[in-house]
Amino acid sequence: MTMPSSRPSSWRAHGTPAHVVSRRSFGALAAAAAGAATLSACSSGPRTADPNAPLRIMAINHVWSQAIAEYLPEFEEQIGRRVSMRLLTADQLSNSYNVKLNASATDIDVMMVRALQEQILFTRNGWLADLTDRVEGDAAYDWADFQEAPRERSITAGTVVSVPIVTERPALYYRRDLLEDFGGAPATLDEMLEISLELADRNNGFFGYVGRGQRSGAVTQWSSFLYSFGGDFTIDGESGIGTPEAIAAYEFYGRLLAETGPPGVTNMSLEQAMPIFAQGKAAFYIDADAIYSNFLDPGISTVIDTVGFAPFPAGPAGSVPHNIPSWSLGINRFSLLQDDAWEFIRWISGPEMVARLQAGGIPGARQSAWDDQATLTSFPEDLAESMRVNAENGKGTDRPDVIQVGRARDIVGRPLVAGITGASVPPVAADADSEFSDFLIRDNRQREF
Amino acid sequence: MPSPTVAETPTATPGPPAQRATTRSGRTALTFEQANRRLKWALLTPSLGFVALMIIFPLLFTLNLSLTDAFGAVNANNAYIGLQNFIDALTDTRRFWPAVWRTVYFTVGAVLLQTVLGLALAMLMRKAFRGMEIVRTILMVPLLATPVAIGILWLLILDPTNGIANHLLGFVGIPPQEFLGSVSQSLPTLMLIDVWQWTPMMTILLLAGLSTLPEEPEEAALMDGANAWQRFRYIILPMLRTTLLTALVLRGVDALKTFDIIYATKGPGGGSGFEAETLNVYAYGLTFDYQEYGLASAVLVLFTIFIVAIVVLLRRRTGRTSA
Repeated sequence: MTMPSSRPSSWRAHGTPAHVVSRRSFGALAAAAAGAATLSACSSGPRTADPNAPLRIMAINHVWSQAIAEYLPEFEEQIGRRVSMRLLTADQLSNSYNVKLNASATDIDVMMVRALQEQILFTRNGWLADLTDRVEGDAAYDWADFQEAPRERSITAGTVVSVPIVTERPALYYRRDLLEDFGGAPATLDEMLEISLELADRNNGFFGYVGRGQRSGAVTQWSSFLYSFGGDFTIDGESGIGTPEAIAAYEFYGRLLAETGPPGVTNMSLEQAMPIFAQGKAAFYIDADAIYSNFLDPGISTVIDTVGFAPFPAGPAGSVPHNIPSWSLGINRFSLLQDDAWEFIRWISGPEMVARLQAGGIPGARQSAWDDQATLTSFPEDLAESMRVNAENGKGTDRPDVIQVGRARDIVGRPLVAGITGASVPPVAADADSEFSDFLIRDNRQREF
Repeated sequence: MPSPTVAETPTATPGPPAQRATTRSGRTALTFEQANRRLKWALLTPSLGFVALMIIFPLLFTLNLSLTDAFGAVNANNAYIGLQNFIDALTDTRRFWPAVWRTVYFTVGAVLLQTVLGLALAMLMRKAFRGMEIVRTILMVPLLATPVAIGILWLLILDPTNGIANHLLGFVGIPPQEFLGSVSQSLPTLMLIDVWQWTPMMTILLLAGLSTLPEEPEEAALMDGANAWQRFRYIILPMLRTTLLTALVLRGVDALKTFDIIYATKGPGGGSGFEAETLNVYAYGLTFDYQEYGLASAVLVLFTIFIVAIVVLLRRRTGRTSA
């Protein structure tokens, strides 16, 4: 059945072909409008930064970040641009990079990165700008002044992609008052175990040794035990965690925590272990030297007057701690302010600023700063000495040197947990060794970038 | 009677070609007037676009990613590898299947306990009593806190060395427990934390259901001499079944997805022995710790299928019961 249209004729007057819309074209029009809006928002092509845009720094909430905040106005005046620094926890920072840089975000200029944790992956993804020419082509910047181990870790696939700003070694924190009868800090790991066993009174809440026990979190601190027992994560590109040296290191660390450590230690990382020593409930604690100020803070610590600092004790292969660039700075490859970002890095990691920061208690990576005694006065004397000794003996990494560091740490950490929970280490180490070998083959394949 | 479109009367209206009802391609056409009659669609477009952008696009993107070898960065050149990620996940007895089991164990255990306690509390609060408003307010407190804050709160309470829980247990002669630090106690402890937080939700839902029940059947049973248990078992429970099943579906789906409390208390991988690693925690680790986006997407697709299957089963059950 058909009927005449009831539309007013004035409407009909506009019924030119341009005004006739099919159902399909109506939908297409709506889709096209939405698409155009989206595309206009995402349009590519040469983009320049807004002259009023701030230089955006993504950083971890760390003593370094807090310390530089007071110097930022100096830099803002120097470049005539506002600086905006966003502070996150390490995990949040890493996740933010993953989310934002997967979308090629331009709202990050300077990136605080862990050279040993994510640098290879980020370089593989093309997220870090090449800094080689910038660091090497600037005599005043003096790239050669950076300590060799941290400097080497700044290079991935032959290019410099980050600049180290904070270095870290393990420190042996101990109770001077309790160790007087034992002649002071132990020089060897065996001595430390012996004293820990003697001093531990676990039923009454006092422990010989406290340290990280989480599967993944403990791997970095355990690395110094591994090296000092003569082992390594990889040997000639193959898994090294099934070797007798590695198994001995696993068993030693497991026994230390299982027999003298606190309960629930497999759930402990820095945040849980550190307070136990700070509250005077353990004789020994080995962790990063960068956290020493926690034990001198009256708001947290009850061991301000009794804490001592010593170099990493020697194992069967001597004292071989790690000496690593714990945090570095890189430039987001998608940043529209790469020159300003480099100016910031050049300024904050230059000889003058590193010396100023180190004098404020933040260990840097420049040899000139370490050679300047004035920069060490803020550290307790025995801590400065232990840092110097550990830096001399140290290796440049504290975790497997792979793309997927997270997965590698999970594998390497399994025998550690077995040791701590009292299980037999060799079968777990053999299983982890096999898994790690397969992992390394896959990881090497992924490295072709 | 609705007015016909020009398209329906191609020869009825004389005039220029535009006013006739076909486009140049010969397809059925409509004018702006008719487009206006479809105003509802125009008005719905923003919300439909939002749904497409926020739900359908991520779902399709995840599905697409699950068929690739995406690793490191999602915007890299990823190759299609068919169902390999699904095969890898479904044959993984080291992490995937234990995570499935823990997800089921955690959900069933926590939700059952919440249901029993929630029902008991709802029955107690069914009749007005002095101070009821205060009790209700106190019950709501755990619901108001964020899961991460709750996780940290319980982490401090249950700390084996410095926590107050072991201190209190010491008063009654119970030796210190490791709680979240123990491989065997972690998951049950997390279930109890979940019960502590979400039982009030069950209570509120069931209380709402109880308030709608007619009083006559219970009064009749009382007259017939039925005791309290018999009235509950044979009168109240059957009448409350639909509400109960709805509450179970809502809380069950939510419990399946629990992430915050587990991650805040046990960290990546659900602890040193993966003892609290549920599917959500596993997928998160694959994404953010391992950057294995392809495999992570496959796990998430499987997890979604798993949740949808449970909801459909429970909905069918609810439907049968209602019928």
